[in-house]
Amino acid sequence: MRSFDLDAIRKEFPILSEEVHGKPLAYLDNAATSQKPAAVLDRLDHYYKHENANIHRGVHHLSQIASKAYDDARKSVQTFLGAAEDAEVIFTKGCTEGINLVANGLFLSPGDRILISTMEHHSNIVPWQIAAQKAGATVEPIPISDIGEIDLEAYRALLAQGNVKLVAIVHISNGLGTINPVKEMAALAHAHGAMILVDGAQAGPHRRIDVQDIDADFYTLSCHKIYAPTGVGALYGKRALLEQMPPYQGGGDMIWQVSFAGTTYAPIPRKFEAGTPNIAGVIGFDAAIRFLSDFGLKSSGSSSDEENRLGKGLDLAFDVLEERERSLTAYATERLSEVPGLTLIGTAPNKAGVLAFVLDYAHPHDIGTILDSEGVAVRTGHHCCQPLMKRFGLGATTRASLAMYTAEWEIDNLIRGLQRVRAIFG
Amino acid sequence: MASEPNLSYEEVVIRELYEETILDHNRRPRNRGHIDGLKAEGYNPLCGDQVEVSLRITDGIIDAIAFEGHGCAISVASASLMTEAVKGKSPEEAKAIMRRFQALVTDTSGIEPDLDEFGDLAALAGVRALPVRIKCATLPWHALLAALAGDTAATTE
Repeated sequence: MRSFDLDAIRKEFPILSEEVHGKPLAYLDNAATSQKPAAVLDRLDHYYKHENANIHRGVHHLSQIASKAYDDARKSVQTFLGAAEDAEVIFTKGCTEGINLVANGLFLSPGDRILISTMEHHSNIVPWQIAAQKAGATVEPIPISDIGEIDLEAYRALLAQGNVKLVAIVHISNGLGTINPVKEMAALAHAHGAMILVDGAQAGPHRRIDVQDIDADFYTLSCHKIYAPTGVGALYGKRALLEQMPPYQGGGDMIWQVSFAGTTYAPIPRKFEAGTPNIAGVIGFDAAIRFLSDFGLKSSGSSSDEENRLGKGLDLAFDVLEERERSLTAYATERLSEVPGLTLIGTAPNKAGVLAFVLDYAHPHDIGTILDSEGVAVRTGHHCCQPLMKRFGLGATTRASLAMYTAEWEIDNLIRGLQRVRAIFG
Repeated sequence: MASEPNLSYEEVVIRELYEETILDHNRRPRNRGHIDGLKAEGYNPLCGDQVEVSLRITDGIIDAIAFEGHGCAISVASASLMTEAVKGKSPEEAKAIMRRFQALVTDTSGIEPDLDEFGDLAALAGVRALPVRIKCATLPWHALLAALAGDTAATTE
């Protein structure tokens, strides 16, 4: 028996009771970053008050505790991603850094090709351009349809031309909401001898991820979008691939032995974690994962055996959240269609709770300012997807994006704000 | 901060920023087009506002000026009002107007400015209550400055 108690969820997130310009906050910018539950905030507080020390198993007590918490977090992310082992999870400072890490580690030769899509975020375009330019390789875009889906025929054709070293593709588009068929795309890439990196920045909060099922070679997460602190990301990579790659940053903790005659590197994951990481942020992410898992177990009224508890809880959580999101996205889409002169950008049948749109009579900037004056937070601009904007002949869109705590009244406030925009500009 | 005291933020936005002159110049921009002569493009990479200002100077006077581009209502209205304000002025006078305009829209001190000297440009005074939108108002002016200096590009960064 699954239930969705929105009020109970909202109570877990302190910031949701904030007022903005004297109005209740309707926070619809979750694709930019998510809000944090008390469980995560309390964990951060407890860590700094009772556990804080530098990690890597210093001999003293606090270091042991901090090290264990950090290692436990890695195991939680392993479960979150469905990775075969925790050593395949690298903590980074964000999704962008994870992609740069892989781009930096690719062995590229002149004439090698990297395929990306027209809908990619700049973080999944620019690192490849930088790497390609150094090596005399090329970056080519996979075209997308007018409703915002990958043109799979064109993708196949691009692969068939040969020499594709890597495909970099977003799982869920931050500009369109489209959920891409990454498992199918991975299979096609591998059939042509290419690796695939999946950018999971938006997928993290919206769908249950299984990197082995997708058979991704690399998968990047943006943890601050998954109800966790900023400054943390995770990169998953298959062991064999990570072991072949040169280090990204040199420094402490990623070494085995250092001497002026030569230095050897630590095994993964430490090879890719130079310096002191965002320890508290990583532990905060662990708390967010547990929060989601507990929510899942509670929603289904089930208890699970200890061994699989975290994973089972996440499975249940995303079942409930996905269903809720579909229904709320449908509600939002329907309400948006009431606004005269509004065109949704990104209308793929398989999409997540990311709603981008344009109005005939008002620029996104003006829309955003008027909505803000009513307490509604949306994002306006190119969303770091300039090629996507160009594909649709646009300079900018306005984007509302949902999270687990988004309420129908927040959508209603958005619509009321848009009617206000119409009254002024229409 | 507003010409009427104690306005709510919402009222400041609706009544002071998106007031009638701004909406009018956004809906029916004046001097939209292209002049053969000096020209410069202004581009704000953060939001995508883009404006190209072109002008001709004859006998030391800006006797023709126009703008093209796409952007928010503030940037379009500012470009339109700007062309009206500087047409018929010398480059030096235009720069002086720009300096006063810049001071007006970036003044977050809360002190009431003297709006009489600005004519229709006073309509943009409301933008100073929204620091994030100031660059929308100043972009066309940076393009004007660049064009007068013989440069072809400007940015508010």
